[in-house]
Amino acid sequence: MNEMAQESFAGKAPVVMQIRNLTKKFELDNGKELTACDHVTLNVYQGQTLGVIGESGCGKSTLVRTILQIHPATEGQVLFDGKDILQCRGEEERQVRRKIQMVFQDPTAAFNPKMRVKDIVTEPLRNFGLLKKEDVDAKAAELLEMVELPAEFKDRYPHSMSGGQRQRLGIARALSLEPDIIVCDEATSALDVSVQKNICELLVKLQKEKQVSYLFIAHDLGLVDLMCHQVAIMYLGNVMEWLEAGRIAFHCRHPYSQALMDAVFKVDYHKGEKIKALAGDVPSPVDLPQGCPFQGRCPLCQEICHQEKPKLKKVEPGHWVACHMVK
Amino acid sequence: MMLLDVKSLAISYGSHRTVHDVDLALDRGEILAIVGESGSGKTTVIRAIMGCLPGTGRVSGGDILFEGKSLLQNAREDWRKLCGQEMSMIFQDSGNMINPIRSIGSQFVDYIVTHEPGTGKGEAWRMAADMLKAMQLPNPERIMEEYPFELSGGQRQRVGIAMAMIFSPKLLLADEPTSALDVTTQAQIIRQIVDVRNDYNAAVIIVTHNLGVASYIANKIMVMQDGHVVEAGPREQVIGHPRHEYTKLLLDSVPVIGGTCYYE
Repeated sequence: MNEMAQESFAGKAPVVMQIRNLTKKFELDNGKELTACDHVTLNVYQGQTLGVIGESGCGKSTLVRTILQIHPATEGQVLFDGKDILQCRGEEERQVRRKIQMVFQDPTAAFNPKMRVKDIVTEPLRNFGLLKKEDVDAKAAELLEMVELPAEFKDRYPHSMSGGQRQRLGIARALSLEPDIIVCDEATSALDVSVQKNICELLVKLQKEKQVSYLFIAHDLGLVDLMCHQVAIMYLGNVMEWLEAGRIAFHCRHPYSQALMDAVFKVDYHKGEKIKALAGDVPSPVDLPQGCPFQGRCPLCQEICHQEKPKLKKVEPGHWVACHMVK
Repeated sequence: MMLLDVKSLAISYGSHRTVHDVDLALDRGEILAIVGESGSGKTTVIRAIMGCLPGTGRVSGGDILFEGKSLLQNAREDWRKLCGQEMSMIFQDSGNMINPIRSIGSQFVDYIVTHEPGTGKGEAWRMAADMLKAMQLPNPERIMEEYPFELSGGQRQRVGIAMAMIFSPKLLLADEPTSALDVTTQAQIIRQIVDVRNDYNAAVIIVTHNLGVASYIANKIMVMQDGHVVEAGPREQVIGHPRHEYTKLLLDSVPVIGGTCYYE
């Protein structure tokens, strides 16, 4: 794990956030424990995108919620700006949040329907006392222009905008405080494909201009492959594979990553090509058996996988896999 | 004679016409995928075929022929006989279709007895359990006793397919059956729908916004935009040689694993 903390594979880009052994457990009413995130260690690099992918219930949303301190972590650290932000409280915590903003999945639910667009995009700035009331119109116009929305939209209400336009508004709001990191939790999954493509292109363009980093949570493998510089594949709260360099499309080696790849429907699939579906469902994260979390569905499962939980180990520079069977 | 023949169908909500001039023909054993973005009218078309347009929706032009007979002349009783037995539907989340406070088994039995009044409850129970088993649900007897919230999304969707297929309908309509599911579960359910088509020789219309799914499953593809059919034809033609600009745009927008990164 220490080795991971030291090596950087994102070219010359500096690390802006280090997630170290982050663990989140929820206590259930019946005294049992649900482990939603289990010793997650990841890096976020400046001006780059870290993608986190996995099926529902794999802990990707819990991960970002823990980082953003929406609920307290059970264990671990998140190093940002020279300190462990999980220890920050009060005003210090508020100032950290200024640097880490979020774009939400549902662009309809993300805004107060009774607020005008200009008030929505400038609200973060007003909250931090960075904008005077008389400058709201000018700033709103500037922010809207940045996300390629007409400046006239500032006097509208969100209900009179399309889903794609609203998501642009969400991005403008997140960028208003000029954060270092933007967390996109399934930010495009409610959108149609052509709109999704436009939003992704906008995100990439803004990233190049502002050197902002994205923590990009998604379940669409193709999208993550095209959007992200680094990728983590999660299953039942564990990072199963971590690619700091290389792409899932060409380099992934964990049997779970392979299974995810095999289950994707390609548009240009050839006649007679069969899709391989992983059998069964994701098991309950309560009282997991010892050994590998993927043991019940893994085609390569051996005796050792029932006994011992595999640790992330380096298979090549910038590539870690948690599997006994991958050498 | 085709099983289903839709001729210049138009659908209006109140005085506002939302779907224009849809033509489609489908025979048993064929799968048609309707693709398009939200609001393009794909779901409206299959709802019209099933006779369940919501609110003020009505067919305002054209005709829908099922086995040569117009469905638009159907009285309430005719629909009751047809739906469930001759044609049936799977929804995006079957969990919303079933009653959350009744066990799967009790509503499945009700469903069977309602459609086939002569069936005894014990026999209906057995039919239901057999069908769940045929849909590859593990431990069907236990699932019959369970409530919808105890099942996973994929399991609920299999229950939905089991209920839809219990009377071996000739036409199966599927409205975004995998949109709420993960990729691995999606692959399972799509395979299940293909199996159902093979086993029952049913015709299937699947509404989806996932072009990969459409490309995998369908013989015919119909692309809709703003209530109009912009392109329709055999799968090979629509995917391989799209002619309409909108179809090309859609195909171009799908993120392809291993394609050129957006940041490059």
